[in-house]
Amino acid sequence: MAKHRELGLTDDEFELIKQKMDREPNAVELAMFSLLWSEHCAYKHSRKLLKNLPTEGPRVVMGPGENAGAVDIGNGWSIAFKVESHNHPSAVEPFQGAATGVGGILRDVIALGARPIAILDSLRFGELDTERTRYLVDGVVRGIGHYGNSMGIPTVGGEIYFEPPYEQNCLVNAMCVGIARTDEMVRAAAAGTGNMVVLFGSKTGRDGIGGASVLASAELEEGDASKRPTVQIGDPFEESKVLECCQELLGNDLLVSLQDLGAAGLTSSAGEMAAAGGTGIDIDVGLVPLREADMEPFEIMVSESQERMLAVVTPEMVDDVLAICTKWQTDSAVIGEVTDTGDFRILRNGELEGEIAVDALVDGCPLYDLDPVEPSEWIYGNNVTLDENAGPSEIALSLLGASSIASKQWAYDQYDSIVGSRTVHRAGAADAAVLDIPESDRAIAISIDGNGRRVAGAPFQGTIEATLECAANLACVGAEPLGVTNCLNFGNPEKPTVAWQLSQSVLGLTEACEALGLPVVGGNVSLYNETPSGPIYPTPVIGMVGELPDPFKSGGQPWEDSNWVALVGPFNPSLAGSELEKSRGQLGQGLPDVDIAPVKAAIELVRDAVRSGKIRTARDVSDGGITTLLSEMALDSGVGCDVSLAPVIALHDCSEEDALFGEAPGGFILAGDRKAIEELGGKGVQIELLGRVEGNEVKVAAGESSVEILVAEAKAAFESLPHRIEA
Amino acid sequence: MIWGVLQFPGSCDERDAQHALELAGGETRLVWHEETDLSGIDGIVVPGGFSYGDYLRVGAIASFAPAMNAVADFAAAGGPVLGICNGFQVLCEAGLLPGALLTNEGTRFICRQGDLITGDAESPWLSELAPGTSISIPFKHQTGRYFAPPEMLDAVESNNQVAFRYAPGQNPNGSLNDIAGVTNEAGNVLGLMPHPEHAVEAFTGSTDGLRLFRGPAGVAV
Repeated sequence: MAKHRELGLTDDEFELIKQKMDREPNAVELAMFSLLWSEHCAYKHSRKLLKNLPTEGPRVVMGPGENAGAVDIGNGWSIAFKVESHNHPSAVEPFQGAATGVGGILRDVIALGARPIAILDSLRFGELDTERTRYLVDGVVRGIGHYGNSMGIPTVGGEIYFEPPYEQNCLVNAMCVGIARTDEMVRAAAAGTGNMVVLFGSKTGRDGIGGASVLASAELEEGDASKRPTVQIGDPFEESKVLECCQELLGNDLLVSLQDLGAAGLTSSAGEMAAAGGTGIDIDVGLVPLREADMEPFEIMVSESQERMLAVVTPEMVDDVLAICTKWQTDSAVIGEVTDTGDFRILRNGELEGEIAVDALVDGCPLYDLDPVEPSEWIYGNNVTLDENAGPSEIALSLLGASSIASKQWAYDQYDSIVGSRTVHRAGAADAAVLDIPESDRAIAISIDGNGRRVAGAPFQGTIEATLECAANLACVGAEPLGVTNCLNFGNPEKPTVAWQLSQSVLGLTEACEALGLPVVGGNVSLYNETPSGPIYPTPVIGMVGELPDPFKSGGQPWEDSNWVALVGPFNPSLAGSELEKSRGQLGQGLPDVDIAPVKAAIELVRDAVRSGKIRTARDVSDGGITTLLSEMALDSGVGCDVSLAPVIALHDCSEEDALFGEAPGGFILAGDRKAIEELGGKGVQIELLGRVEGNEVKVAAGESSVEILVAEAKAAFESLPHRIEA
Repeated sequence: MIWGVLQFPGSCDERDAQHALELAGGETRLVWHEETDLSGIDGIVVPGGFSYGDYLRVGAIASFAPAMNAVADFAAAGGPVLGICNGFQVLCEAGLLPGALLTNEGTRFICRQGDLITGDAESPWLSELAPGTSISIPFKHQTGRYFAPPEMLDAVESNNQVAFRYAPGQNPNGSLNDIAGVTNEAGNVLGLMPHPEHAVEAFTGSTDGLRLFRGPAGVAV
């Protein structure tokens, strides 16, 4: 096979490279092109779609194009955040794949000059009945914990879904949130001809060579164990030193710009710095501290060794920078300089090894139009797991024990969720994580969400729903959303069905963000999540950050005996795409349309009720519908409830089963004093009293049907996951 | 009081410890692991984290840090020293406290809120916590199983050196005798695996940790 094809470039792309260079690229140059022209770095199948996303707003400090996005939270402080995938590495080696996924997203936030204060994870696996899935779950959870815990950065939230289409291609998306003084944040653009380029952190080795092109931009196939050497190895201790070192360097105002080394290593970091600054850059690989002495120039340029940072420094500051690196016991070296040539030159001990125009390398990759075709039918198959004679109570217990719904406390317990002394609501304790920000005299809330099954049914509506779900989660802790980040996990975009899923999903994200008035400040695209058995569910993972005035008024309280229970919002339940429909093996195309405006009104009402302190118990209706949520709320407090869904049936003319187990956006369950709930009325948002908190049973009546389960039974079902994972 | 909080490469909880000590009414400064001059410092906290990456064995490298030599002298002179989590492991490795910490029985990292019962040890750190007092603070570690050979364990028990035990049924790691924290024979050095510095803000649900950090000041008064 031709060398360029082995590296993932098409014949046309190779011809274009020759044209741009006016000659054949040598080995170093070809390696560099193959990485920066990969899907992972060039977004060549997604960039045209993404340009319509709203990215501006009064609170935006940094938007797309920087290492991470950032929003202003007052008193001179900003919150930086980004989500990124590490799917294929985790499918090949779960522990290191997940660990370095966390390490990578932390560095993106560190590179902005921020101190990371929270990690969230969005994970997708196949069903728990295979040994391979259990191995992946265990390894990924241990890997995430290993890196975050060792760094002293709390993992405060996340979600885990188990669905057959992720069986061979799990998803590991990690989100990092950091805090920075707004005026100390740095950009990634190189500037100042004659300024020095300093590499610090770990030594450069042969690990992770070709990760971006070989692993991240191609489908997974049989025998992928041979790709294990392309998975990087993480060292959180090194990153912890790099973090403190960066903070000290920036605190002393010693850097012109800063960039982390991630996918495509030095090639990407140095190339993007030069492109952003409109400069040229010289890198001498002979000056790079190496783990193995005999590395070739192309290996040094594309190595994805972890825990490395690249800084541009004025010549007079170089000694101070190297001294601080030495204090933190981390390697550092001047490896090049910023030039005015517009070229990226690779030298070895002064000898020229390669020379590429920066704009050809970084921005020269052709961008492709997609060829979307809507599939005529459901392409993902169906499995029946529910007894067809199951009555409402059995269905309720079965849903509570469904792997995607059941408690994920087993995973959360393995993460340090409290280091940093900011954590108000830990993972699993409320709908969104809440962190105290005394610097700005307020708190922030963070949510991450993306139900791939619903997006598979209808990518446009499903993505709107995922965005609304995040905003609803924030409302339940009294927070107003400030900005969005996203990670778009899809199959092979060159296939028409996936192209349709991707373009519809981006349209949905655009529509939802515009309707909510929210800027998308950054994101990541992970394509080719596909194996010979087919693509994954299209999975846009939405990360949302919001603010609230007072951490003590952030909901999250269990309901109390004799509280009233109310349904708030335009919630119109349907079994389409629901957990129940999945268990009956009846999944198909299509979801009901979403009218965003009334959902937004309900979100705002709930937010105000919680942040005023009038309502301390609010949850949004999600997977498994109202009955599942009421059961979870009963488990939180140990007290059951006695409610009737007659108002829901009357209002929406839906079936009894729809009311009990149907799913839809725009539904909240609030609990509290009757007076406090009734005072929320009159603002045009539907509020229906359903019943009371009482007893040791969850009793939910819907016409002739009713669920009656003991809180203790519900608990056994909801907490059944550890037995199945450690089986 | 002025507190020194040690900082090794790989420390994680040093800022949390400073925050807790300041809430308890003290002043703090970070003591870099290469420092040896502790003059002006009234008490020392060796914080949690993964000192030097905890390579070799947890706490083993840190126990040889220059700052730890100074801490040993400080402790020998009767100064109050508190080791939390990795700090407890370091103090055990340095021989300032009896016993050792092994990998949790379940092999996994655990992080959850739990209850401790104050032991019979006499220590300035326990001046606000009478024997039998229950406090709610987070358990958070992967290498927290307290172990001592039989004779040493007998001595720890008979000398009343147990500072804290996990509440009945809550031992998260297989520690011998449910031991969560111990003191040296003199009582001025105390180490524990759970994290009092993460239980000082009301929004976390417990401020019991402050009772520990206020202890030595109460004795001084």
